[in-house]
Amino acid sequence: MRVLASWPDPTRQSAHVRSARESRWSVRSSRGDGRVKPSHDGERWLAAALTSLIAVLLLSLATHAFAVEPSERLADPKLEARAEAIGRTLRCLVCQNESIEESNASLAHDIRVLLRQLLLKGDTDAQARQAIVARYGEFVLLNPPVQPATYVLWYGPVVLLVAGFAGVVLWLRYRWRESVATPPPLSPQEESRLDTLLREADR
Amino acid sequence: MRRLVYLLPLLLFLVLAGYFALALRPSYDPRLLPSAMIDKEAPQFDLAGLYGKGLALDALKGSPVLINFFASWCVPCREEQPVLMRLANQEHIPLYGIDYKDQPEAAQKLLTEFGDPYRRIGLDPDGTVGLNFGVYGVPETYVLDSSGHIRKRFVGPLTAEEVNKQLLPLLRALGKS
Repeated sequence: MRVLASWPDPTRQSAHVRSARESRWSVRSSRGDGRVKPSHDGERWLAAALTSLIAVLLLSLATHAFAVEPSERLADPKLEARAEAIGRTLRCLVCQNESIEESNASLAHDIRVLLRQLLLKGDTDAQARQAIVARYGEFVLLNPPVQPATYVLWYGPVVLLVAGFAGVVLWLRYRWRESVATPPPLSPQEESRLDTLLREADR
Repeated sequence: MRRLVYLLPLLLFLVLAGYFALALRPSYDPRLLPSAMIDKEAPQFDLAGLYGKGLALDALKGSPVLINFFASWCVPCREEQPVLMRLANQEHIPLYGIDYKDQPEAAQKLLTEFGDPYRRIGLDPDGTVGLNFGVYGVPETYVLDSSGHIRKRFVGPLTAEEVNKQLLPLLRALGKS
C-alpha cells in the first residue's frame, strides 16, 4: 500500500495553539526584570544547555531505533542479528530512503518477516538477499552492486578527484615555470636605449 | 587549438543539463520501479476464492490473462474501477483479481457497490502472494502470457491511455503468438 504523507503539517498549526504559545512567550518576557537576579541568568542558561543536550542525545537515539516488532524477532539471537544486518541493507520500497529495519510501513514488515523465514529455512545471507532482489529488483539494495552499469557511480568520484588533483598539479607547475623562466637577453638596440635612460636618470 | 579547452566547462554543463532534462521529462515518474519479475515465471499461488471458487496460477495458463491486485481499503483502486469494467465488459479481457490484505466482507461490499470486473477473485489476506509478485503498493496489474510468464506490470491505477497504448496492443500481440 502506498504510504501517503499524513503527518500533521506544522505550517497549518491551528490558530489557538499558536496564539497560546505566543502569549506564553510574551508573559515570560514581560516578567519584571528587577525581580530576576543576574546570577539566575547563569543557572537558567545552564538548564537550557542541559535540556538541549538531552534533547540532542534523545534525537540521536531516535535515528538508531528500529521498527522491528517483538513478535517478528527470531528466538535465536544469532539468527536475529543476521536478519537485522541484512535488513539494514535493504530499502523499504515505499519510503525509499529507509531500510526495512527502520521503517514502519507494512511492506517493510512483510519483507522483514520473509527475510526471517528464509533464514530459518537455512538460507545463507547471500541467498536470502538474492531471494528479495529477485522479487523487487536491485533497487531494493541500499548499496548498489558494483557492476558495469554502476562503474560511473562507484568510481566516478575517485576519477574526478584524481583528475582535479592532476589539474591543480599541472597548473602549479605551469605557474612555477613561468615565474622562474629567465627573459631572453636584450637586443643591441634595447641595450643602447637602456643606457641612455639610465644616463638621463643619473643627471 | 588550446582555446578549445575553455569549451570544456560548457560541454560538461551540456552533458549535465541533458541528464537533468531526461530526469525531469513529464512522462518520467521516479517512483515507478521496473519490475524484477518481467519475463520470469509468475510465482505459484493457489488461493481461496472470494465467491467460493478459488484462484490458482495453473488454472490460468493457456491464454494471456490480467491479474489485478486490489483491496477495499485502497482509494486509487476505485479510480481504476471504470477502466477495469471497460476491459472486462467491452474488450472481454480475462481479468482476475487478487484481494490483497483485505477483509472478504469489505471486498464484497465494495464490488457490489462499484461493480465487479473480475472473472474470479483470490484472497491474499496476509499479502504473501503480493510479496512473491514483488507488489509494493495496490493497485498493481500484471500481464501473464499463456505459459504463465509475467510480461508486464502496471503500477498504480490503470489509465485509459495506458490501456489503449500499451495494454491492448500487448495483449493482441500475445494472443497471436
